[in-house]
Amino acid sequence: MIRSPNRIFAISRKEFLHIIHDPRSLLIIFVMPIAQLVMFGYALNMEIQNIDLAVIDYSKTEYSRRLVQEFEGNNFFRPYYYEGKYSEIEQLFLKREARVILIIEKDFDKNYQLTGSVAVQILIDAADPNAGTMMKYYCNFVINNFNERYGGKVLLPFNVQPRIWYNPDLKSSYFFVPGLVALILVMISALLTSITITREKEMGTMEQILVSPVKPREIIIGKVLPYILMAFLDGFLILLIGVVLFNVPFEGSYLLLIFLSTLYITTALSLGLMISTIVSTQQVAMMVALASTLLPTVMLSGFIFPIKSMPVILQYISYVVPAKYYLIIIRGIMLKGNTLAQLATQMLFLLLMTAILLRNALVRFKTNLEK
Amino acid sequence: MNSSQLAVKTTDLTRRFKKFIAVDRVNIAVAHGEIFGFLGANGAGKTTMIRMLCGLLKPSAGQATVAGFDVYRQSEKIKQNIGYMSQKFSLYDDLTISENIEFYGGIYGLSKELLQKRKHDLLQQVGLSAFADKLTHDIPVGFKQRLALGCALLHDPPILFLDEPTSGVDPRARRAFWNLIYHTSELGKTIFVTTHFMDEAEYCHRLSIMRDGKVIALDSPGNLKKQYQKESMQEVFVEIVAGGQGLMISGHY
Repeated sequence: MIRSPNRIFAISRKEFLHIIHDPRSLLIIFVMPIAQLVMFGYALNMEIQNIDLAVIDYSKTEYSRRLVQEFEGNNFFRPYYYEGKYSEIEQLFLKREARVILIIEKDFDKNYQLTGSVAVQILIDAADPNAGTMMKYYCNFVINNFNERYGGKVLLPFNVQPRIWYNPDLKSSYFFVPGLVALILVMISALLTSITITREKEMGTMEQILVSPVKPREIIIGKVLPYILMAFLDGFLILLIGVVLFNVPFEGSYLLLIFLSTLYITTALSLGLMISTIVSTQQVAMMVALASTLLPTVMLSGFIFPIKSMPVILQYISYVVPAKYYLIIIRGIMLKGNTLAQLATQMLFLLLMTAILLRNALVRFKTNLEK
Repeated sequence: MNSSQLAVKTTDLTRRFKKFIAVDRVNIAVAHGEIFGFLGANGAGKTTMIRMLCGLLKPSAGQATVAGFDVYRQSEKIKQNIGYMSQKFSLYDDLTISENIEFYGGIYGLSKELLQKRKHDLLQQVGLSAFADKLTHDIPVGFKQRLALGCALLHDPPILFLDEPTSGVDPRARRAFWNLIYHTSELGKTIFVTTHFMDEAEYCHRLSIMRDGKVIALDSPGNLKKQYQKESMQEVFVEIVAGGQGLMISGHY
């Protein structure tokens, strides 16, 4: 009997052949991330522009016209004068003719010059709450500009001069490209790993491998190695496109990102392994993996929605979503140039999760084989 | 004979699944070079028996040695010395014939040169040399079955376990397969086979008939027929298992 240490290699090679022979899996691995990147990068724009603004001007004076001009002076709003009845203004929202209504009172001009303090009414269509918040923020911004320009009489106690760091133009792509890396890495690592192992169980080939001298850990290492490689390749591809096409900055250390990405991939692989020890068919594996990776990563990790503004219970759940930590890591390294010391907490959380998942998965993997 | 001279020996080997006893105190001794058959209805305990001997399942009680190695303590040694083929054939349909052979050679740690040589021999023996780069999915079941057997023999093990190797295969391919088993046996290998086909039972050197986890008869097909004064193994089986009253449908139990 000739022995060689290449049993792991034999398993990895076979796994690669599966991927190469199946164009669909190649499509999932390489085309899907790029499609998502382009979709998120170009189509999904969080900024709102050209908001229809209906103006009801009861004052009709120089000052009120200046206020409307102030709203015109940027591409957030598209103001127009509304000539209809006040009692029917809701029709503007219902017919989608305006999303913001500005009502300027009759004595606007007089009161503004006398006291420097007037109220204008602003109505906002918040059927989309995020957009509503944005529109409110834009309105405040415009009105502040107006006050600064014309309200010279009033001395503000202090003056806010915000400067926006790390993403001065507030580009969505800075936010999405790192997020997409987090999503793709967890999907490939957890989803594909759990499917590939349950497939062998389903087809009975796992049994054939287990009667050979291959050890369980050799099976696991051999099977996950190709997917680690794929995950890295994919992550690199997304970052490359992000940096080249969307000009996402890369401030921090490449080595640190590679190191912490490896940790994150290991966490996801352990999760996939864990899933494969619980379920016995590919279909269930896919469903469980999607439910435990794709959805939490998109919804609960801070990928799109800020964790701090979630209901408390969801905030607690977010603690067990690995992407939550990895997002802080990758955004921190890319946009802020974070160092390892600044990311120690996130690293420790990922380490802890990996240790728990991997230990349980390995124990379950071994005992399941003996049933 | 002591256990090292036997290919397989079990003493009161037992396996329980919760309260269900799948294999109940089985004692068998199989000599080197023997074709040893396990006959029984579905659920009689044949597969559980084979799985314990292959190291896929831990026994609940009793002793067993395979190739002289203990199933509890030396399962790694056992794995080097056995080949295993199940009714599922365990080939990867999406890989080519050649890739399947290379994979199974690879997990047994065969060197590249040896693997190439064995692959060449196997392809020739199975008659698939011209189709080495075809997907396994596209070849007929009979070929798949012989290929699977070849893969189980790549590392030249002295003992071969076959778990219902002929289910789902037409009679002609079954006969061809048994010719291959005889050929393998002539090379000095011990063959341990489970089946529920009565005609196949006749091909074995010795048979053990199982029911409810127990071995209820063990002898050569000739002796069993003599003992029960029957013409065929089918009648013997009906006599032993169902007390003569069982219904048999075309020899398939």
